[in-house]
Amino acid sequence: MQIQQISVFLENKPGRLASVAEVLRDNKINIRALTIADTSDFGILRMIVNKPEQAHEVLKRAGFTVKQNVVVGVEIDDREGVLYDVMHLCDQRGLNVEYTYSFVEQTSKKAVLFLRFEDPQKAIEVLGASGYRLLTDEEVRKL
Amino acid sequence: MIWNRDVETLDRASLAAVQRERLRSLVARIYERVGFYRKKLDAAAAKPAAVRDLKDIQALPFTDKAELRDTYPYGLLAADPREIVEIHTSSGTTGKPVVDAYTAGDLDVWSEVMARTLAMGDTTVNDVVQNAYGYGLFTGGLGVHYGARRIGANLIPISGGNTARQLAIMRDFGTTVLTCTPSYSLYLAEVGREEGMDFAKLPLRVGLFGAEPWSENMRKEIEAQLHVKAIDIYGLTEIIGPGVASECERQQMLHICEDHFYPEIIDPATGRVLPDGEKGELVFTTLTKEGTPLLRYRTRDITYLDRAPCGCGRTSVRMHRILGRTDDMLIIRGVNVFPSEVEHVLLHVEGVEPHYQIVVERRDQLDCLEVQVEMTDDLFSDEIKNLEHKEREIEAKLASALLVHAKVKLVEPKGIPRSEGKAKRIVDKRKG
Repeated sequence: MQIQQISVFLENKPGRLASVAEVLRDNKINIRALTIADTSDFGILRMIVNKPEQAHEVLKRAGFTVKQNVVVGVEIDDREGVLYDVMHLCDQRGLNVEYTYSFVEQTSKKAVLFLRFEDPQKAIEVLGASGYRLLTDEEVRKL
Repeated sequence: MIWNRDVETLDRASLAAVQRERLRSLVARIYERVGFYRKKLDAAAAKPAAVRDLKDIQALPFTDKAELRDTYPYGLLAADPREIVEIHTSSGTTGKPVVDAYTAGDLDVWSEVMARTLAMGDTTVNDVVQNAYGYGLFTGGLGVHYGARRIGANLIPISGGNTARQLAIMRDFGTTVLTCTPSYSLYLAEVGREEGMDFAKLPLRVGLFGAEPWSENMRKEIEAQLHVKAIDIYGLTEIIGPGVASECERQQMLHICEDHFYPEIIDPATGRVLPDGEKGELVFTTLTKEGTPLLRYRTRDITYLDRAPCGCGRTSVRMHRILGRTDDMLIIRGVNVFPSEVEHVLLHVEGVEPHYQIVVERRDQLDCLEVQVEMTDDLFSDEIKNLEHKEREIEAKLASALLVHAKVKLVEPKGIPRSEGKAKRIVDKRKG
């Protein structure tokens, strides 16, 4: 139930995101979702891609500092109030969310919320027991 | 191995006698042959005949770098131009280059002191010496060359640069001794690692590194990565090039070839000679040089001297590795900051590699110091707060070492320019 995420260290200067995108394009890697966290000096690009191991390797070879870690993907209905439901549940059950980002599926009325938890295993148990469908790593690769 | 046992283990009283005679002869010679020095000595009312003892040197005038530039190219020549057989100059990046003109006798001395230096790394006729110092006007390449020739080692004069070839030669010819700048040795290690080279399996065993300031921590890095004993060597174009001083295999301060280069430590502000153990500016007098001898040359390097005997058996005075430069010293809001201190701090932070650059700017009349540190796999975290925490940690350590605030900025790996020669550590935007 844990999904592989790629994080890349970027200096906060023009052209850096383009260079990452170029490496991914050249290696025919597709991005499912991405988010950037930044400070005035640097940023961290986090991505869900269809081929995480390969993405890790080619970016590293291109000289980037890359880390692979896990997030949890929760399928939710694409309507108002659902984010609150998930966050409220996490809050009640003491699940600390480090960060989150999402994307909307094209083929259904669903959205996917990617969440980085302090304790992903506990989060998987809690969310699963509350009736949320969690995406598998294989599913995400095929999205 | 001690190359010249008679000289290098000479008792101190006999050594002082040799130095005294050479000093008297030098002063007489430059007064006689170099107009620049005759004027200088006359102006200081210093008569060559009054130099009877070594301590009398303290009454003689200094020579500084500006004077070398003013007399460019041949104003300090003490030999007949026909006697000069080779010329070297400094890079001249900060003004007119400094000229070193060698007679055949000077080249003989250079070969001798460089043989002593290489022998301190236990180099013998059985070794393969890969000399990756640049050949040409720069003294590093040919200095090592002459020393290795004198020893009779198998010398590979590959010169600087072309890293892929350096690595191939090292592997194929079984290099045992590497000579280059310390930063280039780390670059070699980095590229070699990327190409899957295992330095532990190579016969490489010792490296003689110099021509730029480095630290004890950088030594540990180099030794761990290249699996060599890293020896610090010291020299400067003005005096002869490399060969002025070197660590022995004990790696405890650098033995000065003081039968040829007489050292003093002075207070850079007053010119007063300081006692052994006190930090100050290193000054050299070239006791035996024929082409372009120098009297009390101010090197602008900061160090101190120690006359305690070394366990290796050599009796020569030793100098601590260079602690800083009187002119590279950054003055940040009135505080003296040496790049070597910054490096020392960084190497004590887990996950940080010695790739950094110091940027100084003036904002709103205030000097701002920024230390850029390259990101490493060990340092990288997916979470901003961890990275910011790391920046604060390094800032706190720098502040307590430097006594002035420095902002730390994490940059991408290899974001800091690596030259294949000297690493550019300081960008001072306050100038010009």
